[in-house]
Amino acid sequence: MALTITVNERQRTITSAPDTPLLYVLSNELELQGPRFGCGLAQCGSCSVLVNGVETRSCVTPVSAVSRKSVTTLEGLPAWYAAQKKLPQAPAMHPVQQAMLDEQAAQCGYCYNGMIVKASELLSKNASPTDAQIRTAMNGHICRCGTYPRIIHAVQRASRVMAGAAR
Amino acid sequence: MKTLRREFLKSGGAMVVGFSLQGVLPGQIQAQALARGSAPGPPDAKQIDTWLAVHADNTATIYIGFAELGQGNSTALLQIAADELDLDMSQLSSVRLDTNVTPNQGGTYSSASIQRGGPQIRTASAEARAALLKLASQKLNAPLDRLTVSEGVVSVRGGTGSVKYGDLVGDKPFNLAFTNSAPVKPITEYKLVGKPVPRRDSPNKVTGKYIYMQHVRVPDMLHGRVVRPRGQRMYGAGAKVVNIDESSIRAIPGARVVRKNDFVGVVAPAEWDAVRAAQQLKITWAAPPALPDSASVYQQMRLAKTEDRVVGQKGDIEAAFGGAPHTTTQTVHGPYQSHAPFGPNCAVANVTADSALVMCSTQDVYGTRTSLARVLGLAPEKVRVQYYEGSGTYGHSCYDDVAQAAGLLSQLAGKPVRLQFMRWDELGWDNYGPAHVGEVRAAADANGKIVAYEYQGWHHGWSNVETSEQLALSKPGAEWPGGAAQQVSPLNCGGMYDIPNLRLVNHKLPVTEYFKGGWLRSPLDLSFSFASEQAIDHLAYLAGIDPYEFRQRNIKDPRWLGVLDAAAKAAGWKPSKAAAKVSTAQIVTGRGIGVGTHLASYGAAVAEIEVNRETGKVLAKHLYGAIDAGQVVNPGNVEAQIGGQLVQAASRMFYEEIAFNTTNVTSLDWSTYKVMRFDECPQVHPVVVQRLDQRSSGAGEEVMAAAAGAIANAFFDATGVRMKQYPLTPARVLAALKSA
Repeated sequence: MALTITVNERQRTITSAPDTPLLYVLSNELELQGPRFGCGLAQCGSCSVLVNGVETRSCVTPVSAVSRKSVTTLEGLPAWYAAQKKLPQAPAMHPVQQAMLDEQAAQCGYCYNGMIVKASELLSKNASPTDAQIRTAMNGHICRCGTYPRIIHAVQRASRVMAGAAR
Repeated sequence: MKTLRREFLKSGGAMVVGFSLQGVLPGQIQAQALARGSAPGPPDAKQIDTWLAVHADNTATIYIGFAELGQGNSTALLQIAADELDLDMSQLSSVRLDTNVTPNQGGTYSSASIQRGGPQIRTASAEARAALLKLASQKLNAPLDRLTVSEGVVSVRGGTGSVKYGDLVGDKPFNLAFTNSAPVKPITEYKLVGKPVPRRDSPNKVTGKYIYMQHVRVPDMLHGRVVRPRGQRMYGAGAKVVNIDESSIRAIPGARVVRKNDFVGVVAPAEWDAVRAAQQLKITWAAPPALPDSASVYQQMRLAKTEDRVVGQKGDIEAAFGGAPHTTTQTVHGPYQSHAPFGPNCAVANVTADSALVMCSTQDVYGTRTSLARVLGLAPEKVRVQYYEGSGTYGHSCYDDVAQAAGLLSQLAGKPVRLQFMRWDELGWDNYGPAHVGEVRAAADANGKIVAYEYQGWHHGWSNVETSEQLALSKPGAEWPGGAAQQVSPLNCGGMYDIPNLRLVNHKLPVTEYFKGGWLRSPLDLSFSFASEQAIDHLAYLAGIDPYEFRQRNIKDPRWLGVLDAAAKAAGWKPSKAAAKVSTAQIVTGRGIGVGTHLASYGAAVAEIEVNRETGKVLAKHLYGAIDAGQVVNPGNVEAQIGGQLVQAASRMFYEEIAFNTTNVTSLDWSTYKVMRFDECPQVHPVVVQRLDQRSSGAGEEVMAAAAGAIANAFFDATGVRMKQYPLTPARVLAALKSA
């Protein structure tokens, strides 16, 4: 029986076997470019998505496990943010994405899917995290180019922007 | 010319549409590539049309032969073109590297995109501008010296009338020889060079629109995985198949084994099925030959028979050592380290009886084309290689291996194949930065002047036959020929100091008896600096002189002094002898300074660290890094590069080490190959020493060696103990503190 999942607010019918990790469904069947393979072991955060707003490693999550849940990928973050903030329409980018751009943080940028997804989750729970809280929350995400300092700055910047937007 | 161009479009288009990449490639950047893509390259470097095209809409495409690896060169090279052509950044674009389209500027090695590629792009642009002005002069009926250009619009100074570049040539070829002789603009006329122009790849990278290699899919393709022993063995021995039980994957739909000699892979229509098949396939490998394990490898390297070469010789070192009041000897060990790209390498190949199209993340499309042709048994001109950026590679990771493997899988399966290495393939079969044994002897006179210096280094070089080729064609392993970066570096080993008596000896080990080797960002330089900068620092200590001042006394070259001063200034360096405040407190702090390079630029760093004497944990709190890379085209990019280098150098000094037992590598994931994460990441303070009037040189590697030295010296400052081996793991630190 075909499985139905909700990804970025759209219902999608899936033909992959139910034990297929969500990552392969998102990349191959739904052709999304946010989540991407890094280790297949939930050690690096490359494949992260939000499942009901909680950062989840799609490389070790069977697609059947999200059948009644809402999956948000990097591509869906602006709309997810708009829904949270009750904005009339989705911005072009989530404030975290804009902040990463403003800080010129990315080098190869491959890990930025996970970085942005995780930082968005963090700011949805803690509007103004300290440096230590950011480091702790983000510690499951590796950046091999070593852009951690700029990512921290970007999360702080996004936090300030979001506080301003809320006012 | 019109007909020819239509034919180009037709044949180029047919080739790609036949492979149906529509929807995979961003349309805009491919328009020109298709027009040019019909014939195997490299295009003639002596033609202006090879380097750029001006379009009817008053924009231009620059054909660049260097790969965007995350360093930002795809932005910086366009800044150079924009200034010479008097165009705005928004009017310029570049295309994907493609052996049918882009010029061969050599591989993207040695952080030399700007150094080697910049002058070609600059002079080609200048020559195109001169040609455009000549046309404009006729069109506007005005002498050349009265013409001015802004954003591609030529106007007459003090006159009327103007014409756009696009109206002068509008997509037609220049048909002009590139003579490399047109005068380039003086520095005073730069508008974009020297400015931190925002990177052009960033918006798509943060929104998920950027097409990484790992995203490329083609119709009717299979997914493939390689099947190899977990963790490479002695390079020369490869891996030998004894038996494959194909029934072990029979339950997986559509999965099948493909094999050529000892090259084994699986293919399946669904990616997860290929992943499962590779894991479940029962395969017996011949027992590997014995290796020294990670604990005894250095001793074996030091005692092995080596090919020795004196790579530097000045004065009479023995006489100088004899009379010197201060002498020190430092013997150090540096580990095998991995490129460990965050996303394992990936390639998509479509190999037919007489052609191959391979998309991959190589640093050198033409070099990879040559090796693919050899592996697939095709003439090089039958092979087309297209570059897609992958995850940062930092040197010769598995991108060639994965390209060859994808080609073989496609050839054997008779269909297009996408191959993504698994984490253990990438870490386990990498071309590692080789392990190193360094012995430094250095001496100073009573005034703190270095009088004698000797560096002897033991290591093997790089492997020249990739694993796929080795296994599929039953080829023995082989040494990568030549290469200064495989030897004791006259630049990093004493080269920055004014030393009258010096001797450098390279002891080369055979790579076939160790692991695969390759260039890893700042190859061997961290080990050289860990040894050499500690020896220099120790002379300062013995002479009772502040280590920064000691270096100032012994450096003559103003550019070395410039970066040294820049790093010290950024760190607010206050004069003090090293290890002056050593205590028995649990947490002790220290600061250290170091200089270093890779090839042409100048790097200096200061480290501020904290050592927990009870747990052995070392943390870098602040790292300051300065680079003089001559004319820095995009200081924003270079600041980012310095920051990345400081963090990656700290990662390599504190965590990174390939582990192995007596048969194979055992570092196969992020828990067995640890790297820097957020929790212990230092704050970084980059300084760009801008010298617009000097030739540009590399800026992606130079500060790593300096940082390695600075960290080691900070450890001595904190503890009074010299570390002899990195990474500075808690166990190693505790052992060193205990034995001191």
